[in-house]
Amino acid sequence: MKEVSELNFPDDRRYSDDHEWAKQVDGVVRVGISDYAQNQLGDIVFVELPDVGDTFEKGQEFGTVESVKAVSELYMPVGGEITAVNQALEDAPEQVNNDPYSGGWMVDVRLQDPAEYGELKDQKAYLDMLKG
Amino acid sequence: MRYLPQTPEDIDKMLQVVGVDNLEGLFSGIPEDCRRKEDLNLPEPLTEWELNRRMDAMAGAMAVAPEYRVFMGAGSYSHYIPEAVRQLLNRSEVYTAYTPYQPEISQGTLQAIYEYQTLVTRLLGMEVANASMYDGASSLAEALLMAIRITRRKKVAVSTAIHPLYRRVVQTYFAPTGYEIKEIPFLPDGRTDLSGLKDLEELAAVAVQSPNFFGCIEDLKAVGDRVHADDKALFIAAFTEPLAYGVLKRPGDCGADIACGEGQSFGIPQSFGGPGLGMFTAQKKYVRNMPGRLIGKTVDRDGRPGFVLTLATREQHIRRERATSNICSNQGLCATAAVMYMASLGGTGIRELAKLNHDKAAYLKSAFQNAGLTIAFESPVFNEFTVKLPAGFKDTHARLLKKKIVAGLPLAPYYPELAEHYLFCATETATREDMDALIEEVTK
Amino acid sequence: MKELTGTTGHIFNEPLLWEKGSTGRIGFSLPRRDVDPVPVAKELAGNGPDFPDLSELDVVRHFTRLSQWNFGVDSGMYPLGSCTMKYNPKTNERQAALPGFAGAHPLLPATLSQGALKLLFDLEQYLGEITGFPAVSLQPAAGSQGELTGMLIFHAYHQSKGRPRSKILIPDTAHGTNPASGALCGFKAIPVKSNEQGVLSPEAVAELMDDDTTGIMVTNPNTLGLFEDNIKNIAKIVHDRGGLVYGDGANMNAAMGIVNMANTGVDVLHLNLHKTFSTPHGGGGPGSGPVCVTRELAKFLPVPRVVKNKDGYALSEDYPESVGKVHAFYGNFSVLIKAYSYILSMGPDLKKASQYAVLNANYIRENLKGVFHLPYDRPCMHECVFTDEHQQKFKVATLDIAKRLMDYGFHPPTVYFPLVVSGAIMIEPTESESRETIDQFIDAMISIAREAQEQPELLHAAPHNPKVQRLDETLAARTPCLTD
Repeated sequence: MKEVSELNFPDDRRYSDDHEWAKQVDGVVRVGISDYAQNQLGDIVFVELPDVGDTFEKGQEFGTVESVKAVSELYMPVGGEITAVNQALEDAPEQVNNDPYSGGWMVDVRLQDPAEYGELKDQKAYLDMLKG
Repeated sequence: MRYLPQTPEDIDKMLQVVGVDNLEGLFSGIPEDCRRKEDLNLPEPLTEWELNRRMDAMAGAMAVAPEYRVFMGAGSYSHYIPEAVRQLLNRSEVYTAYTPYQPEISQGTLQAIYEYQTLVTRLLGMEVANASMYDGASSLAEALLMAIRITRRKKVAVSTAIHPLYRRVVQTYFAPTGYEIKEIPFLPDGRTDLSGLKDLEELAAVAVQSPNFFGCIEDLKAVGDRVHADDKALFIAAFTEPLAYGVLKRPGDCGADIACGEGQSFGIPQSFGGPGLGMFTAQKKYVRNMPGRLIGKTVDRDGRPGFVLTLATREQHIRRERATSNICSNQGLCATAAVMYMASLGGTGIRELAKLNHDKAAYLKSAFQNAGLTIAFESPVFNEFTVKLPAGFKDTHARLLKKKIVAGLPLAPYYPELAEHYLFCATETATREDMDALIEEVTK
Repeated sequence: MKELTGTTGHIFNEPLLWEKGSTGRIGFSLPRRDVDPVPVAKELAGNGPDFPDLSELDVVRHFTRLSQWNFGVDSGMYPLGSCTMKYNPKTNERQAALPGFAGAHPLLPATLSQGALKLLFDLEQYLGEITGFPAVSLQPAAGSQGELTGMLIFHAYHQSKGRPRSKILIPDTAHGTNPASGALCGFKAIPVKSNEQGVLSPEAVAELMDDDTTGIMVTNPNTLGLFEDNIKNIAKIVHDRGGLVYGDGANMNAAMGIVNMANTGVDVLHLNLHKTFSTPHGGGGPGSGPVCVTRELAKFLPVPRVVKNKDGYALSEDYPESVGKVHAFYGNFSVLIKAYSYILSMGPDLKKASQYAVLNANYIRENLKGVFHLPYDRPCMHECVFTDEHQQKFKVATLDIAKRLMDYGFHPPTVYFPLVVSGAIMIEPTESESRETIDQFIDAMISIAREAQEQPELLHAAPHNPKVQRLDETLAARTPCLTD
């Protein structure tokens, strides 16, 4: 398991308390899990994602991510309708480990309430949370 | 006592290290009001030789072959078990091992059960098998719950030609859930009557047993086609006699989504009903919803092939209340017996043995017909069948018990409408002489 | 140099069954055909399965070689916490194999099955005596099926009172089967935190217990090997709000002849015959999970029940409020034979078994407590829990310690459970192990601790002796290959 200082947290996106990241582009928010989360989980073997069209509130569980010995729930950093799901993760769940911020993206969400995005932590605040 | 190696000297030395004066001191932290006040009121321990005599006497008070000739099946079948299988199963590395959570030192168990999984899928024509459930009855209950999880529908349809004791277990499992069980009647020919199945789009699953409780072979292809008229409902094919699939069309070839049942026939003694072997198979797309342990192939760090428990995130020790089942200990040794049995029989052997079973029952059935007795259901059968006997057969049945013949299983307790009906079974263990004697006695 | 128990030796490779054999071989003596062949109905006929054809020696060598790759209780010490890997007496196997039992059909009339019915009746009495409960069912096929039966009884009880409830309290030290069994009955699992002493506190339970909670599931002694000393208080809190107390009796090996389980306030208790009562684990099962209940709950027990009347023993279905059946017949009967034989062989000395089990565990605890971190430094019952905290600075984890123990000739203890202790190492020696064997185990653990400090790479690379080493479980889960 790596130290926080060895992990990566790009400043071009926001982070939730549950270690998801969220990146907004034109009203659609792409969601994944942070480098800290994937490092904690270890080798990821399966990602269970919702269907396009499903709608969830902020904080609601939208899926799960599994390593060999553990299951973690995924929680919506913002509320809204799922507009896209990363199908590649079905055959290559290791993308979440290898490339959590790009190839390992999980869902796209049509942002319902812009204020919710603002409530998320920026890079510095997330780092502070991890170190504290 | 030979199971307790501690000598008084050992005990003293160890108590010293622990820092208590006597054994009682080890329990000083237990509140007084939780303690037993008196010694265990159990019989004085028996020596090994006294135990043997006691158990011989108890086992002697049981009606078994060869002294008795028992013509019953109904979910428990008399089949020969090779001595080789018995002796292999008695190797203590096989039966004193634990669940293979440490794969490096459990490859024996893991490979044997992987082989079991594979042969069971080939037997039933299915894609994935688990490492066992408790018995055919709980397997059926779990299969129905699995279908409910997959489809998110809350109703299942269950044929009344399925073993009545299995259906009672299903009812027990379903009682606290609020899910609905719809019963499907059977036809005069002994098969399940699907004509009344109108609400397929509300059903999570339709379950049919073949050969069914009456011994009748269901037309599984027709059932599969009917159920899949709805694109979500699952077809569950249950069984109590897997040997039938040595000669019959397999559930997987007939569209079964889940095929599950009792594997006792494969190398496991009847043993007054347990342990049995819940065989459980499904199509691959449903694997993450399957209950039970699964063994998978992999490699070690040097590339050597090996086996491990896998997809464990479905199970209770990881998923806890969201697990696919609560099952932990399964029937592992029984699955091992089954794979040893299947390996001994082989492909050629299982076809011959299954055919022999079929022909033995056919012989007995003809003999009943030739004696002027009524075969209740006209559908083809495997190794058991139902006879409608004249009123008052109860007395004949009782008379025959004294002659050490158990002439069939009375169906009255299970089906009030079949009060004069008896279920007869003839496997490869029934000789022609035995069967002739039975007919002679029944027709006296 | 002292000789270790674990070594390498004469072991064979062996392919999969279908990689051997030749069409036409057979390993089975086909019975003589004395009836004419009759054609199978054409539309129902299949082609038969694709099984390999093997001779008897092919089969015997195959499974003999496979057995050599296994570690059993008969191979060496198997200190798996909460599994009670005690010796499996061979006489039990002889009794279960008696033709009168092995060849018995479950639906024989009662008059023809008196031996089996007597065994069921007696065993219920004995287990009732050992646990303090008046009524027992032997039907559940395993511990977790016993838990399910208990949850069904809870459900039936509350239903009968006209007030169904939806929640169940589960301690954070609980085995995963507990919440899973509750969920099967529609009970939402509400976690209860244990306190710093590693046990449940009445305050924590009182805070959570309400009129919508069916009760609590408690393992006692718990999975940390500690007696839940507040159990009576907790039971009272739950009972006062109309709830029931479920006892997970997996750890009964610490308590026979010592604790009266019924007196602790438990209403339903399950036992694991394949743990406490010496029946073999069989590589995963079969086990047996009888449930013992109070007089008030007896009417809910599964049917049929064995009764004794003037003619002998019989099976009765005359219990209208029974939860029903969890097994097609009467449970794992041959497992029951083995437990029965064990109880007849031990008698009141079952108390000694528990005493020595607890002594052995405390002896290990005392000897290892300076070497490995002991999160709860107090006397334990039949098992003790350590962690890898002292070894972490050498980048050695519980997993490495477990794998290295294999090289020393021991089966590893239970690892990473209970979840409340990070890197848990749960050691349960049982009463079967002699002082010399336990001393060897202690020496091995001390040696491993030294290796962790001086040669951690030896531990990272462990185990060295077994046929395969550090199997890739990630690959197995990402690309499941479950059949050939």
